[in-house]
Amino acid sequence: MRRRLPLLLTVFAVGLIAWGIAHGEVQEVWRKAVTICLSCVGIG
Amino acid sequence: MERLRRFSQYLAALVGNSYWLFPWKAPIYQGPIKRVCFPGLNCYSCPAASMACPLGSIQNFFASFRVNLHAGIFHPGFYVIGSMGLIGSVIGRMPCGWICPFGLIQEWLNRVPLPRIRLWRPLMWLRYLFLVLFVVLMPLFVVDSLGYGSTWFCKLICPAGTLEAGLPLIWLEKGLRAAVGWLFAWKLFVLLLIIFWSMVTSRPFCRVICPLGLFFGLFNRTSWLKLNFLADRCVGCKACARVCPTGVSFFDGTDDINGTTCIRCLRCVSICPAGSVKAEFGPVMGKDYHGKEIGVGHPQ
Repeated sequence: MRRRLPLLLTVFAVGLIAWGIAHGEVQEVWRKAVTICLSCVGIG
Repeated sequence: MERLRRFSQYLAALVGNSYWLFPWKAPIYQGPIKRVCFPGLNCYSCPAASMACPLGSIQNFFASFRVNLHAGIFHPGFYVIGSMGLIGSVIGRMPCGWICPFGLIQEWLNRVPLPRIRLWRPLMWLRYLFLVLFVVLMPLFVVDSLGYGSTWFCKLICPAGTLEAGLPLIWLEKGLRAAVGWLFAWKLFVLLLIIFWSMVTSRPFCRVICPLGLFFGLFNRTSWLKLNFLADRCVGCKACARVCPTGVSFFDGTDDINGTTCIRCLRCVSICPAGSVKAEFGPVMGKDYHGKEIGVGHPQ
């Protein structure tokens, strides 16, 4: 089991990505990334 | 190897900041590639940024977690955690050495001929504080009256944001200059501190502050890519320690070769005259000459 940890972690990460895509998280990443957040860069 | 790494750093910086139409079209790229998280510190408010910053994105998920949950939406940021986890699980902290534009900037700065100051090693524990407090806990729990948190690491610390987004935006939009206050002055101070520190110490931001680097680094022991130090071949020339940009000293047993600090630049692999440092790649843990699993060492 321990020897296979690298593979298991990769599979788990792919599972998280798939969950995020299925639940609309990608769109939320895009929505935040396409707006300039002035307070996030210390302005305002 | 070093030429290839340099090429990879420049290419990644160009790909991550490939929107050069910002002075004429939209002030920020709004195309589909911004759905993808860039595997390095690259502020998405930068006018030229073409991808999303994973650190900013995950803080946004945590900052709006309560409000989303109240509205019946469960968005814990698994997409961002999974994206970075996928990269980390395969190559560990290699993006820091081969992709991150802010790492490249620190390497430029470190070429300035100034006296060197060695990093006080206990400072490296601060990385955990920055990750847990500024990236996870504060966005989740320091919220306004509506329940929204803020991207506290970006807001108070991130020098990449000041350099790549804050300063260019102020330069491009004259109207913004009136909005500059104490917060920007603080961020400018942090940026100048990191710039000066990078001139006298190698990659101080990566070693002391960067939460993304720490996240990738936590995978170093279990990633597909692992380094193996064959101690019985070592001639003790210390060449590996001299070229290491993050000060990892594994030849004398001080540090774990697969500890969280190693950025996998692979300089030690190419410089070792005795071939005692090997990079190995595979989906299962390999074993060293003594039958011990590679990656199982003392913590760092």
